[in-house]
Amino acid sequence: MTTGQILPASPIEPVLSLRNLRVSYGEREILHGISFDVVAGETLVILGGSGSGKSTLLRTLVGLEKPSAGEIWIKGRDLAKTSAEEMDEIRRKIGMSFQGGALFGSMTVGENVALPLREHTRLEDSTIEIMLRLKLQQVGLEGFEYYTPAQLSGGMKKRAAVARALAMDPEILFFDEPSAGLDPIIAAGIDQLILELKRAFHMTIIVVTHELASAFLIADRMLLIDKGNIVALGTTEEMRSSSLPRVRQFLDRIAEPEVSGELDYLQMLTAERPDAHNAAGKRG
Amino acid sequence: MEFVSQLGSSTLDVLSYLGSLASLGARAGYYTLVAPFKGKPLRLQRAVSQAMDTGVRALPILSLITFFIGLILALQAAYELRRFGAISAVATAVAVSMSRELGPLITAIVVIGRSGSAFAAEIGTMKVSEEIDALETMAISPIRFLVAPKFLAMMVMLPCLTIWANAMGILGGSLFGVAQADFTFGRYIQASIDSLLLRDMTTGLVKSVLFGITITAVGCLEGLSTGAGAEQVGRSTTQAVVKSIFLVVVVDLFFTVLFFFAGN
Repeated sequence: MTTGQILPASPIEPVLSLRNLRVSYGEREILHGISFDVVAGETLVILGGSGSGKSTLLRTLVGLEKPSAGEIWIKGRDLAKTSAEEMDEIRRKIGMSFQGGALFGSMTVGENVALPLREHTRLEDSTIEIMLRLKLQQVGLEGFEYYTPAQLSGGMKKRAAVARALAMDPEILFFDEPSAGLDPIIAAGIDQLILELKRAFHMTIIVVTHELASAFLIADRMLLIDKGNIVALGTTEEMRSSSLPRVRQFLDRIAEPEVSGELDYLQMLTAERPDAHNAAGKRG
Repeated sequence: MEFVSQLGSSTLDVLSYLGSLASLGARAGYYTLVAPFKGKPLRLQRAVSQAMDTGVRALPILSLITFFIGLILALQAAYELRRFGAISAVATAVAVSMSRELGPLITAIVVIGRSGSAFAAEIGTMKVSEEIDALETMAISPIRFLVAPKFLAMMVMLPCLTIWANAMGILGGSLFGVAQADFTFGRYIQASIDSLLLRDMTTGLVKSVLFGITITAVGCLEGLSTGAGAEQVGRSTTQAVVKSIFLVVVVDLFFTVLFFFAGN
């Protein structure tokens, strides 16, 4: 359907593989030794409460944070030990959709989506134009290329950001909180979009979220992270039937979403991770 | 003892800030002057529109301010000079002090208020809304993409604005000269030109290029180091203005001393 369609590689060879990854901000260690593999074509959802380290994990995977120890293997190269040039080369093979979209406000939607193509390829303008239309069509935004990001609704911004992330035909697509700040119908639309990308292009997708309904819908496997450690990693069925207390606590919390909030906010302000037992019943 | 350790730590802070400024300046310089010849083109279009914003749109306010400054200088100089019956030296006083000192300095201050603050606000807002992160994940250097065009625009526009400011200052002085000091307009301008040596112009212009580099580096660094949240953008903008004004004066002092002892 589009140029550079990605075919699933051999299922044994992982596309992304983490070995004992540790990340620190100054003295404070956020991730305490994370290891897992992601195989081609699968959708992995990283679950976790605020302050669990899931966002830091995502930022490290796309190279925005440097790990203090451990290895991140993407396409046979260790991200932790690459030069700036190699890093840029790896980054051209990944796409990232940010929480707020992170579209450039001074450019139109079309210019935003075409930017990676203009910067990294020597394609003719007419070719870029065609690719731009295709990408916008893929996310259901055809005809919006001359709009500015400010003229788009929240859901459309997310879609435009996905189109930009898809521009270079990435092999791995990362999503940071895809349904954050969207109403349930629009959020469900974004979930559908992720499912379509998965079905149509067999894309490897890594999603960070705390929306359980969305997570169970899109995930092949799930990873629950808490206080910088992996609590559980398994298929959606395995997670549902898990008897691990932290998993149950997290999954069952769906019934009482309003309890959380105050503590999260305090945590964010003080940047402290409260003790596990004190935090029981709230988000870790 | 505590005082000494505080003094030490603030000295280290200042040094590390200057280090970050120099590093940003060096990387921006690389992307402005070296990388275009290595197949990494500069965003010339962006630089041109930046130059319009920084330069051309500053002209009305800069003209007005420097015209008044020129007039003020003439009045102040005449106050002293007329006691010696040397009121005709007003033209020289205005021309020399404008082109050696006040032209570059006033231009820099106007540009800090208009553009230095805007750089910090623009880049700071992009930082807060993850746009800088987005550039990095797309393997696009924010320095090349955002900072380098601003550097180029400022390095070209500040000397241009300074020349304009000098001219407007002399024009302001001529108003006094014609009204109070028996000059005709033509003779006043002639006297101003005669009194200026080439080096008066060049020292001012050299300073203005350095001011341009300083203002851009501070504005962009403050923007890039913006923390999380919208209120941080305001903080960055204020910091950019305060630090730019201070550093421009420091650079001015340094080079004035240098030129003085070098006989320029």
